[in-house]
Amino acid sequence: MFLFEKALEGSRRYQLWVAGLVAFIGVAFVVYLHQLRYGLGITGMSRNVSWGLYIGQFTFLVGIAASAVMVVIPYYLHNRREFGRMTILGESLAVAAVTMCLAFILIDMGSPTRALNVILYPQFHSIMFWDMVSLSGYLFLNAIITVNALHAEQQNLPLAGWLSPVIRLSIPWAISIHTVTAFLYCGLPGRMFWRTAVLAPRFLASAFAAGPALLILLCLLARKLTGYDVGKKAIDGLAVVVTYAMLANVFLLMMELFTAFYSHVPELTEHLKLMYLGQGGPTLLGVFGQVSLLLMFAALAPLLVPRLRRSERWLTIACAAVFTSLWMDKGVCLVVCGFSPSPLGAVTSYVPTLPEVTITLGVWAAGALMITVFYKIAIAVNAEEGAEHSPTYEPGGARGPVGSAAHASQAGVLSSPGQFPASGDGTSGRDRR
Amino acid sequence: MRDKFWILGGLLLFVGVATLPTWRDWETHANTRPPALVLPAHAKQCVAPLDFMRGSHMQLLLDWRQSAVRENNPTYVAYDGKTYPKSLTKTCLSCHDKREFCDRCHDYVGARTPYCWNCHVDPALGKGAAR
Amino acid sequence: MKITRKEFLKLSGAGLVLVFGGRELAALDRAAGATFPGGAKPRPRKQWAMIVDTAKCAKEPGCTRCIEACDAAHNIPAIPDKAHEIQWIWNEPADVVFDESDVQYLDAARRDEQIPVLCNHCDQPPCVRVCPTGATWKREEDGIVMMDWHRCIGCRYCMAACPYGARSFNWVDPRAYLANPNPDFPTRTLGVVEKCTFCSERVVAGKLPACVEACPEKALLFGDVNDPHSEVREVLSESYVLRRKPELGTGPNIYYRI
Repeated sequence: MFLFEKALEGSRRYQLWVAGLVAFIGVAFVVYLHQLRYGLGITGMSRNVSWGLYIGQFTFLVGIAASAVMVVIPYYLHNRREFGRMTILGESLAVAAVTMCLAFILIDMGSPTRALNVILYPQFHSIMFWDMVSLSGYLFLNAIITVNALHAEQQNLPLAGWLSPVIRLSIPWAISIHTVTAFLYCGLPGRMFWRTAVLAPRFLASAFAAGPALLILLCLLARKLTGYDVGKKAIDGLAVVVTYAMLANVFLLMMELFTAFYSHVPELTEHLKLMYLGQGGPTLLGVFGQVSLLLMFAALAPLLVPRLRRSERWLTIACAAVFTSLWMDKGVCLVVCGFSPSPLGAVTSYVPTLPEVTITLGVWAAGALMITVFYKIAIAVNAEEGAEHSPTYEPGGARGPVGSAAHASQAGVLSSPGQFPASGDGTSGRDRR
Repeated sequence: MRDKFWILGGLLLFVGVATLPTWRDWETHANTRPPALVLPAHAKQCVAPLDFMRGSHMQLLLDWRQSAVRENNPTYVAYDGKTYPKSLTKTCLSCHDKREFCDRCHDYVGARTPYCWNCHVDPALGKGAAR
Repeated sequence: MKITRKEFLKLSGAGLVLVFGGRELAALDRAAGATFPGGAKPRPRKQWAMIVDTAKCAKEPGCTRCIEACDAAHNIPAIPDKAHEIQWIWNEPADVVFDESDVQYLDAARRDEQIPVLCNHCDQPPCVRVCPTGATWKREEDGIVMMDWHRCIGCRYCMAACPYGARSFNWVDPRAYLANPNPDFPTRTLGVVEKCTFCSERVVAGKLPACVEACPEKALLFGDVNDPHSEVREVLSESYVLRRKPELGTGPNIYYRI
């Protein structure tokens, strides 16, 4: 069933890691049960800062999920085969991220037992309803794509034809999930920090930097731990995506800063001052804002120098900086800063409590577990296929046309496994033009 | 039939677990007779006939809730033409005692007390009755 | 099966229009309704409104009778932790209530003057627009922004949407902070949002809201602002009034006579 059996066996290190994650998730779940009984008063949230870490993580992770398109587009739309191995990892990262998003939404709810009211009494004017529709749809699409792509790869067959429109649909859908998430914020009349038209574009830019940065780190980690190599060309290609997206994000941030500070409208500046300067001394929010800004530029420096970007060591550092910076910016500051000062001018400090942090880490642990299991399956399937068909992969490690053509011809199609077959009339995406 | 032990053992275990409540009641000498409900002394008739109330009081309460809260229609016209406020506390509990009436039956049938009481106040508590 | 990139872009564009352009825009449009004068959405038949006479209110410095009456009528818990406080009607200083009001040269005594604030029962309530379950809605018949505490899932989107801070969330069990709950009105349960309902339970019985009734100076005036002959309209026709953040287009129905 879904190739799950592949995740049940592994080295001692793998078993220990999975056991550790499961144990931590268990602890976090017990803490969540306590939150359920006692109420959200257990967290650092308050009357004035009524959303916190949970919704911040949700927002950030929607971006991670959406960023899977940054590998799906080159692989499926532009036939860039070097992204083949990376694509399955990117899609399963999206599945894990969306699942985490849904978990964070549920955890943040005051009355989660009534969650189905969103479906029983749908309110089409609520962006929250559309967010639910887009997120669950995206989860569904990616789950279908991932499972079928893995099966195709295992049986060394090209992807089923019906999957093509599903994959193509997942591309605009990915853009939509993060746009709708931005709409959650930028459509609120009284929250000036969020009420900006560049919020959705900036969400997308930061997502397309943070997500691929995480994917690069995961790919490098997978190679180190298992020897599974997605190939230098794919990593380099994705590094360019991270660079452009980060540039776009910083550019849009500069637009925000200029508009606020040059117009000098207090409603606009006061949030940004709190975020980057703190309030009469360092605050947690101020420190987060400053470190995030610093890391943004620190990450751009090596990314912008091609020689450094192609060096794996520098790329690792840059990607870690990109991810951390944007996590701080979007996963924490964005939400908290939108609430302070409050519409009544109150500045309320928000410090997540220990139970809140534990629950949050528990969801991240669940995400890590999903990634571990998904990647284990993907890598096991790949190794199996390799063993059965004595592969002739390109030196780079990407699914090369040489090897795949060899066994593709056995199957009677002229395409590599996991790619779509050329249709009978010879009109493949490339030939047709 | 070399798995006889496991199959029969498993079946026995299943039967045991499935009938656990019975064994527990037998062991603790639990009273399995339905509670003798104390009916209100000063009122002879409920807002609907007994049969309906026994089987569908929850549906009636949900209807009341819907129309009183969401449709701004706070008055219930009963089958006999009498009118009542659509209110758990003001109508139901003006005759019935929550602990003697609602709770005893809910406990007996094992329908865990619904969360009405998280919000709706039992007036008996306010009068200083023992909790 | 293959399609060219150009075709794909066209298709996805069409998809976006279908997904967003159709239902969503129609729904958004319905929700946003007539924000501008002359818009299509008719005002409710009746629109309850309130005028707070700040001069009358200031005659009794330190008076909190309206607040106490409301708290008692609606089982509002006295939670000492400010972060978890529940407020339906409460006092704020003038410079907080009206962000444009300039108090820097005002007498210290007057600067501390407290003005009652409550839910504005807006014409275009943002809380209603965002609520994913319909747990809060604007009543057609009298314009009250109602709450259904049975329906609320506690997502707190409405709290983010309200520009007046009029909504409170039950972070902890409110029963623990209620010495003697009033059985005529429910308390709330853990994990739902609540706010002033303009005493819908009293209004339906033909009574005035509890705060209005309790005010010793008769500083609170309640009435139908859609009725040109109402007392509310009379006062509005002859005095200068302020509303909180009218520039946001929410159409607040609490007026402050200065």
